[in-house]
Amino acid sequence: MSAVLSQLAVTPSILDIDNFWGAVGLKILLILPLFFVVPLVVGYMEHKVMAHQQDRLGPMEAGPHGTLQLVADGIKFIQKEDIIPRAADRWVFAMAPGVALVPAILIFFVLPVAPEVWAEDLELGLFYALGISSISVIGILMGGWASANKFSLFGGVRAAAQLIAYELPLILAAAAVAIQAESLSLVDIVNSQATFMLGNTEINLWFVFPQALGFALFYVASLAELSRPPFDMPIADSELVFGYMTEYSGIKFAMFLLTEYGGMVSMSALMTVLYLGGWQIVPGVPLPGCDGAGGIFDCGALGILIGGGVTLGKIFLLTFIMVWLRVTYPRLREDQLQKFSWTVMVPLALINIGVVAVGKVAF
Amino acid sequence: MSDLETRERIHPGTAPGEDIALEIIGDGDFDTAEMTLSIGPAHPATHGVLRIIMEMDGERIRDAHPVIGYMHRGFEKLAEHRDYRQIKALVNRHDWLSGFANELGVALAVEKMLEMEVPERAVWIRMLLAEWNRILNHLMFIGSYAIELGAITPMFYAFREREDIQYLLESATGGRLHFTYNQVGGIKVDLPKGFLQQSTDIAATIRKRLQDYKDLILGNEIFQARTVGVGALEREVALAYGVTGPTLHATGVAEDSRVTEPYLKYGEIDVTVPVGEHGDCYDRFYCLVHRIQASLDIIDQVHDAMPSGPVNQKLPKVVKAPEGWTYLRIENPLGQLGYYLESDGTKTPWRLKMRTPSFSNVAVIPHLLRGTLVPDAIAVLGSVFFVVGDVDR
Repeated sequence: MSAVLSQLAVTPSILDIDNFWGAVGLKILLILPLFFVVPLVVGYMEHKVMAHQQDRLGPMEAGPHGTLQLVADGIKFIQKEDIIPRAADRWVFAMAPGVALVPAILIFFVLPVAPEVWAEDLELGLFYALGISSISVIGILMGGWASANKFSLFGGVRAAAQLIAYELPLILAAAAVAIQAESLSLVDIVNSQATFMLGNTEINLWFVFPQALGFALFYVASLAELSRPPFDMPIADSELVFGYMTEYSGIKFAMFLLTEYGGMVSMSALMTVLYLGGWQIVPGVPLPGCDGAGGIFDCGALGILIGGGVTLGKIFLLTFIMVWLRVTYPRLREDQLQKFSWTVMVPLALINIGVVAVGKVAF
Repeated sequence: MSDLETRERIHPGTAPGEDIALEIIGDGDFDTAEMTLSIGPAHPATHGVLRIIMEMDGERIRDAHPVIGYMHRGFEKLAEHRDYRQIKALVNRHDWLSGFANELGVALAVEKMLEMEVPERAVWIRMLLAEWNRILNHLMFIGSYAIELGAITPMFYAFREREDIQYLLESATGGRLHFTYNQVGGIKVDLPKGFLQQSTDIAATIRKRLQDYKDLILGNEIFQARTVGVGALEREVALAYGVTGPTLHATGVAEDSRVTEPYLKYGEIDVTVPVGEHGDCYDRFYCLVHRIQASLDIIDQVHDAMPSGPVNQKLPKVVKAPEGWTYLRIENPLGQLGYYLESDGTKTPWRLKMRTPSFSNVAVIPHLLRGTLVPDAIAVLGSVFFVVGDVDR
């Protein structure tokens, strides 16, 4: 299986060693730290960025400058009593955080993070990533319904409505990228950005430049999909207490939180791959030690490390903007959000596809 | 009740073979049932312990019933057993955000009954601190209203300013929230050295930072989308319910007892009352922000006019109001605060009735909530400006 798939990629992943179980172990070793550590760093960054933008210090006590605050939070969550409301649907209630969390992990399996560093380069990688990220909302809906709490129910239903409204612009924006790259494989998309030239010139561009509109649509839609402010109506702590998470406590609550931060990371990583040229530092500049196509493949250890750092840097930049928006904006109303999606974003996304398709044929 | 019974009661659809009686509302396209949602008494948007029972059709509110009394502490009755020195420590607690204005009201009522002349300097100091108290109160509401609409930052900015002001007031009164600074015949002690300079500096800082609030909140597109045209209060309804303060000013009525029935020395200075036009959430918030500006103008005028001299007068050991009654209203930060004081000539009042602005403002909430959506309900609740302690007393 992996032999067939690796033929599709520009180069095979370095994790695809001959021993099947060894390869599986290596891939898990790549994905799990990516899922459990990077969101923690993003969470810490959110604490600190929000604090400094709001004229305060944020966490300072746990570890130097509060760096271990989220670790301490995690320990606290594990120790807390796991409360299941008496009227709750016990099984659904207990399963909901898992149903939300697992897809958020699975999306990382197709994300290329550095030259030759990815778990699986699926031919339908983009399709898989967008499809699996939508499954999380089922967990949210399950949690909202099973809690037997009216606030939770409101939150769950709002989350479902929001997903339906924002899935469409998200997919349409991503479709334009697939058209331009002529592939759904995420590695191919990175590769085609490294070799994409403006018109007949020698100027290398990432897709964010020809598709700035698509990138903006994708960014806004992913904010809505992740329930990040200003689209955090499913949580809306001043209205719905804590939305679908109201009745959750302890480790289950932590799983929902981790889903949110993991989602921030995976969506940012997806945007990095689709629009920001993956691990390429600047358009047109090859990574040190790389001599593959476009200067971003066949790298040595140094190139892989730098490439991974660049990807992480781009992820942090995108999540930083998410935090910045959270600090600045109030929350929209659910009906305003729906209206915005169907009357503004979907038409714009269709226009974007049209423009990209025409440009593709013309040049 | 067993687990199963509870579950069936809450999720009737999960009980097999059971007939569900759904009341069909709307035009019958969907089978929907009405749901009762109880917001509060412990809910983040109710500023304490107000409870609102909402009858919901989906997210739309068909009717709303506020339930008050969770914070009834019996201040009116307690006041009948305290002398006038002690009452001021009671009244600055019923509306904990406007402590100074409340104790000022009681002091003025007793002085009115005694027909007592208060030293000039004490009057001006009272005005200065009353305006600072107004700004403190409004900053709190600016922060909390923004947080109810989902913007978290203004709260921290507002508290940064509040900290400065509280530090200033603490230097004079010793209190940050409950000042207990007024007394019959004047104020407790004179201002500390350097107070006026510090006050001038802080006023200048806040005047500068006020622009940030206007940009960050009033100028924000999402804020406008959430508040313009939402929860519009008609002028007649507002007057009929006895709504006062910024909530009334937003409807276009400039009724402010500092202007229409001046007390202290408000008659001698310029007092601007910002008014709105449509009475919606945006106008209410606009009035609130611009009242800070107006208060800063008053503070500047007070700084210029501050006379020297004594700040209180020698009183008998026990102050006794003469037999009779009086009613006195002042402009509390949230609206008209009235004290009806009846005395039988002893050292405690026979009856002290409080007419508090929050009580009247809460009364108009059902009218505003009918037909709105849940997020709008929160926007309305935050913008009628009430303090639950002031509602229940």
